Amino acid sequence: MAILDSKIPSGPLADKWRKHKTDIKLVNPANKRKYHVVVVGAGLAGASSAASLADLGYQVTCIVFHDSPRRAHSIAAQGGINAAKNYQNDGDSVYRLFYDTIKGGDYRARESNVHRLAEVSVNIIDQCAALGVPFAREYGGLLANRSFGGAQVSRTFYARGQTGQQLLLGAYSSLSRCVGQGTVKLVTQNEMSDLVVVDGQAKGVITRDLVTGKLNRFAADAVILATGGYGNVFNLSTYARGSNVTASWRAYKRGACFANPCFTQIHPTCIPVSGDYQSKLTLMSESLRNDGRIWVPKNKADVKKAPADIAESDRDYFLERIYPSFGNLAPRDVASRAAKRMCDEGRGVGETGLGVYLDFAEAIQRYGKQAAARANLHDVSAAKVLELGEAAVAERYGNLFDIYKEITDESAYKQPMRIYPAVHYTMGGLWVDYNLMSNVPGLFVLGEANFSDHGANRLGASALMQGLADGFFVIPYTIGDYLAAQKPGSRPSADRAEFAAAEANVEGLVKKLMAIKGKEPVAFYHKKLGKIMWNQCGMARTKEGLNQGIADIQALKKDFWSNVNVPGSAENLNQALEKALRVADFIELGELMCRDALTREESCGGHFREEYQHADGECLRDDVNFAHVAAWEFQGEDKVPLRNIEPLNYETVKMSMRSYK
Amino acid sequence: MVAHLTSTKNLSVTLRVWRQPATDQPGRFVDYAAKDLNPNMSFLEMLDVVNYGLEAKGEDPIAFAHDCREGICGTCSLVINGKPHGPHKGIATCQTYMRSFADGDVIVVEPFRAKPFPILKDLICNRSAFDAIQQAGGFITVRAGSACDANAIPVPKDEADLAMDAAQCIGCGACVAACKNASAMLFVSAKVGHLGLLPQGQAERDSRVLNMVAKMDELGFGNCTNQYECSAACPKLISQDFIARMNRDYIAASFRQAFKPKSNASGGGA
Repeated sequence: MAILDSKIPSGPLADKWRKHKTDIKLVNPANKRKYHVVVVGAGLAGASSAASLADLGYQVTCIVFHDSPRRAHSIAAQGGINAAKNYQNDGDSVYRLFYDTIKGGDYRARESNVHRLAEVSVNIIDQCAALGVPFAREYGGLLANRSFGGAQVSRTFYARGQTGQQLLLGAYSSLSRCVGQGTVKLVTQNEMSDLVVVDGQAKGVITRDLVTGKLNRFAADAVILATGGYGNVFNLSTYARGSNVTASWRAYKRGACFANPCFTQIHPTCIPVSGDYQSKLTLMSESLRNDGRIWVPKNKADVKKAPADIAESDRDYFLERIYPSFGNLAPRDVASRAAKRMCDEGRGVGETGLGVYLDFAEAIQRYGKQAAARANLHDVSAAKVLELGEAAVAERYGNLFDIYKEITDESAYKQPMRIYPAVHYTMGGLWVDYNLMSNVPGLFVLGEANFSDHGANRLGASALMQGLADGFFVIPYTIGDYLAAQKPGSRPSADRAEFAAAEANVEGLVKKLMAIKGKEPVAFYHKKLGKIMWNQCGMARTKEGLNQGIADIQALKKDFWSNVNVPGSAENLNQALEKALRVADFIELGELMCRDALTREESCGGHFREEYQHADGECLRDDVNFAHVAAWEFQGEDKVPLRNIEPLNYETVKMSMRSYK
Repeated sequence: MVAHLTSTKNLSVTLRVWRQPATDQPGRFVDYAAKDLNPNMSFLEMLDVVNYGLEAKGEDPIAFAHDCREGICGTCSLVINGKPHGPHKGIATCQTYMRSFADGDVIVVEPFRAKPFPILKDLICNRSAFDAIQQAGGFITVRAGSACDANAIPVPKDEADLAMDAAQCIGCGACVAACKNASAMLFVSAKVGHLGLLPQGQAERDSRVLNMVAKMDELGFGNCTNQYECSAACPKLISQDFIARMNRDYIAASFRQAFKPKSNASGGGA
């Protein structure tokens, strides 16, 4: 049984991080250069940690499977990044950001980690502005903010609809500086295929070169995984096609616990599925809910009518109706489920009936009138107001409206968008302590790949915050506490038996896959897995469905390992093989997610068990029996994993019924 | 399945695809029939369907680079009918939909071609030269924890907006592929313009432009001859004006570099 020591510092919540920073061990500058840290991944968390550790003087190797670190999927985040700057003078504070995040996560995150996240959020904005991130600004030259779901203050900083891109390019520029100066060694197009554990500690990784097929060994004093989330287990999601769970999964198989794997975020505003050929779903940023109003027809009979033909009085602005104090800015899990309920009632729109409207008509009028007043125009025509209003909306959301147009061939200026929830983020991930170290000493996990900060539901604009917090402001301190206890120069050689064994493990896996030469392409299995996961472990889960899901996935796994067809050779660039290796891991993860969802007999955040709900359809949490983290421990191939528990002790906030009404 | 999508009937096309097993091996065009395609399918989804068929037959699928499939990661890199990123302006390959093509079309699909971007396989080329340019100077040096308050340095909105226009570059390399000289001037000028427009980027402004341009030349990218095919092919429509801005920066920096007094300060101390 794994030992889950969260190492939460003692003392009042607001003092924990400050105190911890003064208490933990330091590594002296002359010793730092003797330690080698391998960072896997170069998204926000990976790039920022690699650069920060190199700047501190550590030897750093950064490994990415992309052709360039700038391609990491952080780049696709649209809406923004939260920080408790209170530049708007609207009552924000570190405590409020902490509280919103804890409540948003439905009381299933660690208080101490979340408070630290809120504390360092302010430093992130300073750091990024200094790096040249072109944040949106007011006319006076100061930073602009907007509102996001689950908050009643405006604390979200943004760069048009491309905030993730700009923050990633900022982190990437720091990483590039270090690579150029020789302080970080960059290894591209290499996928981490195994973790090397020596005497119980993480001391290296095995990678597969995706161009040559060659396996490489990297010995390290510590390993950092910043490898992102695993939403592609659903096949259809807003993730990039390459996002995968392989690095985390191989670490899990080497003893790292996987925490709360079933906690998946379903984002309410995505473009609905249109066909069987579809490869991904596209997000329409949550920032659109600042101005867009979500509705469905009141009457089922109206669902096939053109939206313009449905009278105002026949529209149900259901988020505003059910959650008057948060309205369209209800958190993601709440908004997604409400949309699903409307569609289940038969009031969904679009041909499949799986869609709701996101309408900008009122915002266009409002902005149009404001713009006319600012330009001192009186008695303006309705057409002019419309023109000015559309221009104002374009300035805020133009690129999103363009994306919508490209995909659907419709203009959201002229008619409401149709949206539907889709898989977007995974709150679960490898278990880590307060230092972001997993239960395998020497293995650190940052960003979306860990489980620590978002509980059962993540608030919008908090993923970017966490990635950069972990990389720029947490790991530079906490890794020292581990390394200071490692003798400089004690790093094991990559010639050791443990490296050879891990390499042989990967080689065996590749050979086995190549040898099957069955009938079905890898994509066949990925699609099948995705359907099982969406139906049984998606927005609504039941005991029967999850049991069925486990049985179906076990059968799918068997079929995969006897009938998959991976053409080509393992000695060169082979995208089918890359996919096969990833899908093999997704299949096993899918089973674990179902198991986790099955054993968590309550509803919380994104985890909704139909058996556990209030009369109005809201989540029914069970704080007596489930106020804990479930951290799953691998017990061997085809064996049921062990469910370890880390109790969540709330010292400051009172766990209460989460309400946005 | 979706009601409001343009519902035209399915189409069939012939793909003429560049197949090349590896960098050092010769390539050739191979024809593939892509039949009964939904016009609302993206171009890359169409390739998925073709590859599914190839894999089911045990044939080597067409290798192509892709990731986010929403026009932001800059991974996709196809030349479709002679145009980097296909027929439409201001979008990437992954945002091209089959409704842009007609039933019976023959569509020629090639990788980005430029000497500094060697082909790895089929439609995938190696663009790490862009990373090398970035590493030479595309940054502002800030150690984590040393920044001042973000609002301590106001940035005029117009300049922040212009910097953002340049910063939108997705690093795909279409500008290089579109240029007859394989010039990387639009890419480099977007970086130089973005950082040089901001007050935070001033301290390293000269060294940045000098080092990035030197690296660009060293890697074998060609010269700019002001045809602006780069801007026309850019999925983010980055303006060629940034090239002019970089040229001005480069000249000024070269002069300042030549006449700048050098400090004799050496290290050490009590």
